Amino acid sequence: MMAFFQQYGGQLLLKIWQHIYISGISLALGAIVAVPLGILLTRLKKGAGIIIGFASVLQTVPAMALLALMIPVFGIGIKPAIVALFIYSLLPILRNTYLGMMNVNDTIKDAAKGMGMTNFQSMMKVELPMAAPVIMSGIRLSATYVIAWAALASYIGAGGLGDFIFNGLNLYQSDLIFGGSIPVIMLALITDYLLGRVEALVTPRTESE
Amino acid sequence: MLLKMEHLSKVYPGKKEVLSDFNLDVNKGEFICLIGTSGSGKTTVMRMINRMLNQTEGSILINDEDISKMDPVKLRRKIGYVIQNVGLMPHMTIRENITLVPKLLKWSEDKRNERAKEMLKLVEMPEEMLDRYPSELSGGQQQRIGVVRALAADQDIILMDEPFGALDPITRDSLQTLVKDLQVRLNKTFIFVTHDMDEALRLATRIVIMSHGKQVQTDSPDNILRHPANEFVKELIGKDRLIQARPSITTVGQIMLKDPVAITPGKSLIQAIQLMHDRRVDSLLVTDDAGILKGRIDVESVDYSFNTATSVGDIMDTDVFTVDSDSLIRDTVGRILKRGFKNIPVVDDNHKLVGIVTRAALVDIVYDALYGEAHAEQNHPSTGTSDSKKVGDDE
Ligand SMILES: Nc1ncnc2c1ncn2[C@@H]1O[C@H](COP(=O)(O)OP(=O)(O)OP(=O)(O)O)[C@@H](O)[C@H]1O
Ligand SMILES: [Mg+2]
Repeated sequence: MMAFFQQYGGQLLLKIWQHIYISGISLALGAIVAVPLGILLTRLKKGAGIIIGFASVLQTVPAMALLALMIPVFGIGIKPAIVALFIYSLLPILRNTYLGMMNVNDTIKDAAKGMGMTNFQSMMKVELPMAAPVIMSGIRLSATYVIAWAALASYIGAGGLGDFIFNGLNLYQSDLIFGGSIPVIMLALITDYLLGRVEALVTPRTESE
Repeated sequence: MLLKMEHLSKVYPGKKEVLSDFNLDVNKGEFICLIGTSGSGKTTVMRMINRMLNQTEGSILINDEDISKMDPVKLRRKIGYVIQNVGLMPHMTIRENITLVPKLLKWSEDKRNERAKEMLKLVEMPEEMLDRYPSELSGGQQQRIGVVRALAADQDIILMDEPFGALDPITRDSLQTLVKDLQVRLNKTFIFVTHDMDEALRLATRIVIMSHGKQVQTDSPDNILRHPANEFVKELIGKDRLIQARPSITTVGQIMLKDPVAITPGKSLIQAIQLMHDRRVDSLLVTDDAGILKGRIDVESVDYSFNTATSVGDIMDTDVFTVDSDSLIRDTVGRILKRGFKNIPVVDDNHKLVGIVTRAALVDIVYDALYGEAHAEQNHPSTGTSDSKKVGDDE
């Protein structure tokens, strides 16, 4: 153990950082695109089903295949990895945003409109706050996926903890495999915990104490 | 005219008209109740007023301005809106809920706080409620907030769609008192949808009765009770209320026979039986010279005591059930019928005999209520009672 840290410690920190970097950017991009898109879908009379269906199809493309598909377009390295992970992060966020907004009680939406809120005010002051916990849990789910799949990004030369794992597999070195996969698991757990806290924070208060 | 609705109709694609040719003029300070069967178009009418729905045809004017030319958002901020499931914002405090529209109208924070307190006072709730959330209030309290939220921005017209339907009777009663008071005191105009005829009769200055998208009758509660337009309206009002509501016959004094057959206690039994024979009755009321009711005798007791007693005073039954001439019929009819009396003496405050109510007279009232005035008049002769004419005369 100590020997492992002595030999790979510096590298490990670098790989962890790359891993966080790749997943963080993909997830952030995913949220930036999927949350507004999800909201937009709730304002569309038709088409929501089609777009969510399309995102679901993307989700079913195997991760390796998707990464491989990125190469002809974006070459190798960090960029194609981020694009692929971004695509993966979309669906859970999109679906949760859409459902979260749609599931806000109709009576409340009706009251908001009936009292004279504009569409935008109703969205920002009523629907979005009430849907926030659901949206956040979509982001949480995406984060877990993205962190796990980011390990595969090493396959197209994006770096990250996957480098350890793939090296370990190639060289039959189990300490490298563990040295790569355990931090991935830890990262996923910590992120999930932190986002869980955020979820609690964005959940609107409905009781005074 | 505050609100003018002309020839409104609504058609949904693939459905027949859910509202046809609806017309209503509403003055400021009126309390309009829309009542009717489920699906009759009440909500449709109401939601057109704040443009939550657009009519297929017809026009709505508020203060002579066509609302279809107004910005719907601005329009809605001027019209209070209360719905059955309250629709308070669960993530906002009571203060934020009450001042939602004022905030949309960009009132200053001070003014909003002031208004929130004022509104809470109006519904007699303590100020510390302001920082609570809706889920911490009872259903009745929530709906009180729902009501004042619709007033907080000085809205003149308030739309309410079955606002009290989900509340228990006592809470409903106190909220009805509240809105009625607001209408009377603040001169607010209410358009109120309800399923409950009692509620409509109690609150409305005018009731609009609807069925299958049509306006069946639009009139004051009194006129609707007195002159229901057709069977549907009668059905909706209910027979009980028709009996109770006959406005021209409200006190016992108005239906009693005014010359009951009476005798004084000093008269002999022979004279009593003679009088019964002459007037074709089987019982007599006994009064003293001043006309104060003392008791009654009937033919059985005269027969039974003929050999042992001499005067009416000896055998009269002094324990007589009476009614007051100004007591309400609806309070006495049931009692009279239940006890099985053939007739009941009517007395004034000094226990002076002023009349008599016969079962036949009661039969007429019930009959009239059930079969309507036209029938009742035709059929009166066959009921064969002299006081039935009085009932007719009062119409
Ligand atoms: N969006 C819609 N599309 C098609 N039909 C509708 C729509 N909204 C309402 N209707 C129909 O219009 C008719 C009138 O509805 P409305 O809601 O005005 O009735 P209501 O008198 O308020 O009934 P209730 O007492 O049940 O609330 C109903 O037959 C209803 O099915
Ligand atoms: Mg309705």
